[in-house]
Amino acid sequence: MREARPRHEAYWRANIRILAVLLSIWFTVSYVCGILLVEPLNQVRIPLTGFKLGFWFAQQGSIYTFVVLIFVYVRLMNRLDDEHGVSED
Amino acid sequence: MSIQGWTFLIVGLSFALYIGIALRARAASTKEFYVAGTGVPPIANGMATAADWMSAASFISMAGLISFLGYDGSVYLMGWTGGYVLLALLLAPYLRKFGKFTVPDFIGDRYYSSGARVVAVFCAIFISFTYVAGQMRGVGIVFSRFLEVPIGTGVLVGMAIVFFYAVLGGMKGITYTQVAQYCVLIFAYMVPAIFISLMISGHAIPQLGLGGEVAGAGVALLDRLDGLHEQLGFSPYTGGSRATIDVFFITAALMVGTAGLPHVIVRFYTVPRVRDARSSVGWALLFIALLYTTAPAVAAFARVNLIETVEGAHYEETAGGENERSLPAWFRTWEDTGLLAWVDKDGDGRVAYRSGAVFAAREGQRKVAPVFTGERGAHGERLLANEPTANRNELYVDRDIMVLANPEIARLPNWIVGLVAAGGLAAALSTAAGLLLVVSSAVSHDLLKRSLLPSITEAGELKAARISAALAVCVAGYLGVHPPGFVAEVVAFAFGLAAASFFPAIIMGIFWRRMNREGAVSGMLVGIGFTAAYIIHFKFVRPEDNTPENWWLGISPEGIGTVGMLINFAVAAVVSRFTPPPPEQVQELVEHIRIPKAARTSARDDG
Repeated sequence: MREARPRHEAYWRANIRILAVLLSIWFTVSYVCGILLVEPLNQVRIPLTGFKLGFWFAQQGSIYTFVVLIFVYVRLMNRLDDEHGVSED
Repeated sequence: MSIQGWTFLIVGLSFALYIGIALRARAASTKEFYVAGTGVPPIANGMATAADWMSAASFISMAGLISFLGYDGSVYLMGWTGGYVLLALLLAPYLRKFGKFTVPDFIGDRYYSSGARVVAVFCAIFISFTYVAGQMRGVGIVFSRFLEVPIGTGVLVGMAIVFFYAVLGGMKGITYTQVAQYCVLIFAYMVPAIFISLMISGHAIPQLGLGGEVAGAGVALLDRLDGLHEQLGFSPYTGGSRATIDVFFITAALMVGTAGLPHVIVRFYTVPRVRDARSSVGWALLFIALLYTTAPAVAAFARVNLIETVEGAHYEETAGGENERSLPAWFRTWEDTGLLAWVDKDGDGRVAYRSGAVFAAREGQRKVAPVFTGERGAHGERLLANEPTANRNELYVDRDIMVLANPEIARLPNWIVGLVAAGGLAAALSTAAGLLLVVSSAVSHDLLKRSLLPSITEAGELKAARISAALAVCVAGYLGVHPPGFVAEVVAFAFGLAAASFFPAIIMGIFWRRMNREGAVSGMLVGIGFTAAYIIHFKFVRPEDNTPENWWLGISPEGIGTVGMLINFAVAAVVSRFTPPPPEQVQELVEHIRIPKAARTSARDDG
């Protein structure tokens, strides 16, 4: 295998770290809160609403989180691009 | 003005708008035809993606589906939105950097194999036609319900419109009509949703109304629903009845399938830069989430309203009195369209709504649907030819009614009904156009230019693209008029195939430099083979066995794509270890797509 270029190597590792963190949140809000732990979480109510917490994650909360996750990713990656000088402009 | 008059006016205006855009956005080169010249701004691409993605099923059927499934309907909500996180983080920026025209382009170049390219072409065409048949059918159904024209005529009108902007404008024409179609469809969805939310919960924002109280009753809406369900013998609305493992696998298959659908992926080839690809996925999901977080609210409102209005009501007008209600006028309107039906099993003249099918399917029917005899019963109801079942349920409700009848249920003015029709058409046409473009570029670019006829000129390729788009519209129209009967069943197929083929192959192509042709191709073949065999077994060979006891580990055919994906990853990993690494220039390509800044300009050249 060819020697990897060290500058891009660091960029790529930082990218993978960002992906790992964001994807764990993605997994937690949908698969963990919305599916695997939905029954215990349904014992909890969101204050001032009629939502059971597990049901809310499955039909509302996970979707809101997904939107936020992508925009956080955009910010983090744009900053990372600039730091490593690989931005397109 | 009458409902029909308004519908003609609003649908006509929306069509004029799409044609106007098509005339202004004609494609002059293959780059414009395939990827809109990579000049689409991220927010516009987000809107176009949202319209591309949200089909007739999302617009018309999803709220009704959730309404009947309750918590179990969450698989669609999470599954069809969570895939965008995968798209943004794992696919879109890298494919944009790769910078060619199609998904098979990437598979073929990254795995230096025309065999892999051809497998990808056939998967793309199969997935797209599976999907597009349903869209054309949706166009026909909207026309027949709102404008009382035959389904076939409706499909023809839809074909003519799509033909106009897909053949003339290619991706460029499609993109800007999709932006307009998103605006039409979201407005048409939100207006009735807001009114029905005000009516049931007193909140103007449906998402808050879902967690609110039933107006004037002092009890939470969702608790009221659970209570009603318990009383009538349905499983609890917020509880669900599917096994957890199946919910998990279906959600995963839908997410991964969404991220692997070629008509969605290709939208991110159309923006100018890598950073625009990232942000336009965010905008796309934001625009999609607006509808997808409203749908469960509409589902719950419509469910409460349906049960409380019809359960125990007299079919005929009654003199009134304590606890004596009769059915509202909209019930008869929708009974006339066949979306509602009532069988007076106990002969008391009142509707009893319970869990279970009202009647059996007629011979030759693939699913239970009412067949009317054309006669009227003792109370004026339409009589059915179907054999009634032994249970106490007397009411048949088609799930589509939850969105279609909302304006009448909420007593909204006639023009809103016309708006809903235009919204349903916008959703169906935008998705159909996106899919047809995938078919056309797969034929003219991947099959002709990249495989069979590499010497074809730019002008020749553009002409081939237009001809294949025109042919694809005709095939789609034919499938819309003569649906193959198994459209609903093969949608699981489309997602399963996308999950088991494209998604793993693309992910490994980006994140694993060592992944080679042998690994990727054998992974795809085994993944597709396994998924297809499982679905064919339970949907076509032995449909009578399609029950949880027979499923492998309790995973339904809808969720099996997840397993197919895992098998694909595993087979590819093993095979690639025992076969030679990819050539130097392919490893170079992987390095290149990982970095936003174009280090090598040559890789961006076409062909």
